[in-house]
Amino acid sequence: MQVATGKSILNGIAIGPIRIYRKEDAQLAVTSTRTAEEELSRFEDACEKAKEQLAGLYEKALAEVGEENAAIFEIHQMMLDDDDYLNAAREIIERQGATAEYAAATTGDNFAATFADMEDAYMKARATDVRDISHRLVNILTGAGEASHLGDEAAILVADDLTPSETVQLDKSKLLGFVTRHGSTNSHTAILARTMNIPALIGVDFDDSWDGKLAIIDGYNHCVYVDPASELLNTMEEKRQADLKQESLLQGLKKKPNVTLDGREIKVYANIGNAADVGLVLQNDAQGIGLFRSEFIYLDSEDYPSEEKQFEIYKRVVETMAGKKVIIRTLDIGADKQADYFQLDKEENPALGYRAIRICLTRKEIFKQQLRAILRASAFGTVSVMFPMIISVREVRDAKDTLEECRAELREQGVAMGEVETGIMIETPAAVMIADELAEEVQFFSIGTNDLTQYTLAIDRQNPKLDNFYNAFHPAVLRMIRMTVEAGHRHDCWVGICGELGADQTLTETFLRMGLDELSVSPPSVLPLRKCIRSLDLSKTPEN
Amino acid sequence: MKQFQYTITDPVGIHARPAGLLVKAAKALDSAVTVEKVGGKSAPANKLMALMGVGVKQGDTVVVTIEGGDEEASFQAMEQFFKENL
Repeated sequence: MQVATGKSILNGIAIGPIRIYRKEDAQLAVTSTRTAEEELSRFEDACEKAKEQLAGLYEKALAEVGEENAAIFEIHQMMLDDDDYLNAAREIIERQGATAEYAAATTGDNFAATFADMEDAYMKARATDVRDISHRLVNILTGAGEASHLGDEAAILVADDLTPSETVQLDKSKLLGFVTRHGSTNSHTAILARTMNIPALIGVDFDDSWDGKLAIIDGYNHCVYVDPASELLNTMEEKRQADLKQESLLQGLKKKPNVTLDGREIKVYANIGNAADVGLVLQNDAQGIGLFRSEFIYLDSEDYPSEEKQFEIYKRVVETMAGKKVIIRTLDIGADKQADYFQLDKEENPALGYRAIRICLTRKEIFKQQLRAILRASAFGTVSVMFPMIISVREVRDAKDTLEECRAELREQGVAMGEVETGIMIETPAAVMIADELAEEVQFFSIGTNDLTQYTLAIDRQNPKLDNFYNAFHPAVLRMIRMTVEAGHRHDCWVGICGELGADQTLTETFLRMGLDELSVSPPSVLPLRKCIRSLDLSKTPEN
Repeated sequence: MKQFQYTITDPVGIHARPAGLLVKAAKALDSAVTVEKVGGKSAPANKLMALMGVGVKQGDTVVVTIEGGDEEASFQAMEQFFKENL
């Protein structure tokens, strides 16, 4: 058995034989036996044909992956109208007496090299697009056509790189997953794979001996097993079956509203702790992200993550959610979540200590860096910002002031921003008791039931000896939740739950009766929760 | 010759689709239009790849120059295009 690691684009399992796809690196004839006029007219014809193909691909992509993702093929068509590109190719034909295919390939390489040299990651990715259109021309000119890279048997495709058009052209019924050596998680190909729901790994160093062998792509663990041991094969098959079961549950519930039999609707969002989880959020059809734990960016980092780095991550998540709400919780570090470079002192009672908003409000430069990144990302979709560990009105006002300060600075610099809704976590008894005053400051509350329970019951949730005393259904906690909802609603503030209790189906009816507006749960809990909501009838008298 | 300055507010800058639209708009005019990034490269507005190669991002300021033909009409058209699309 061989194991190779890469970067996973989609969490999922694929099992099947490997088919290595090699691009026809056929030696192109350089010197033409035709006249320059003939080659030029072959070239023009190929461009027309390519544009026709692209128009067709655009329609296919539009139907399969939506307008945003299909736009790439429109751009490819425009690239084929570019005078510089066309003239460069024409010149090679005229001056060097070259074949049209050689001219197209060379021009593509030259332009791609220019883009690849640019600093901007987005522009670098354009190099693939130029190669893609040139490759298309070469295929048309050499009669290679649009070969199907997959045989009759469903397979895992392994390639150096896949262009967006290759990805869309693949016959999905034969494609189990794909593995590439190159490519980035930001590439169009990666986005398409995510949208098409195909397990994929990039950055994998493969060798030609893999061809035809049985393999497993484990998207959860970012690796591919070639010639897997039978034990592993069984485990993975079970996992895959579990995924399929989830998938069929999804098919049945997809696009259905989270509404009770008597018509009460509630929003179900998902919690994520990593940008890669966005795929799961969409797969499970959550209506938004109710809790984006931004601290993972800090915990995964050796030093304070730059504004730019954070912006890229937030932007990717916000863009992928395509207009659906993304609630970003600002840095919640301290207590059980530690990063060395923060150099936090050891504390007697870390849960009651220097953490979350308390760090942000005293170390403004860190806070502002994050807020600026969030504000910049807000131009790309619907972003809300949420402050954790609030105990007073003053803290909320300070945090909001800092946010406004960042907004003013960015505006001064001419940076685009969207509307950003502000909210707070309700996770301390103090916040519950003054929820009326807090509700006047913000647009929403999200109840963090884990911490709220720990602080209400005075039980350390890290201490296993206290498990017998810990009761998540303690009436004190449920009353706290009710008080929060009532106070919020008195002031037009919507109220949700983003703690673990939100996914507890024994409480779903209680929460609906309390009037909660939203529940945010882990992605795999979204559909089971939807199923539960759709089976409830609030018009009936509760059993107890 | 007429000129105007514009600071890009579109989140992706003059890339891909917006660049394609600009090329279309510029080709429809009888004037030569050049886009220059302040402190950077410049490119004719009717050439897609060259334009993308300038690498204009959100927040960048560009100088748009219109030369020849009906400069007044082209100026109006370009200014309106930038405001609406970029």
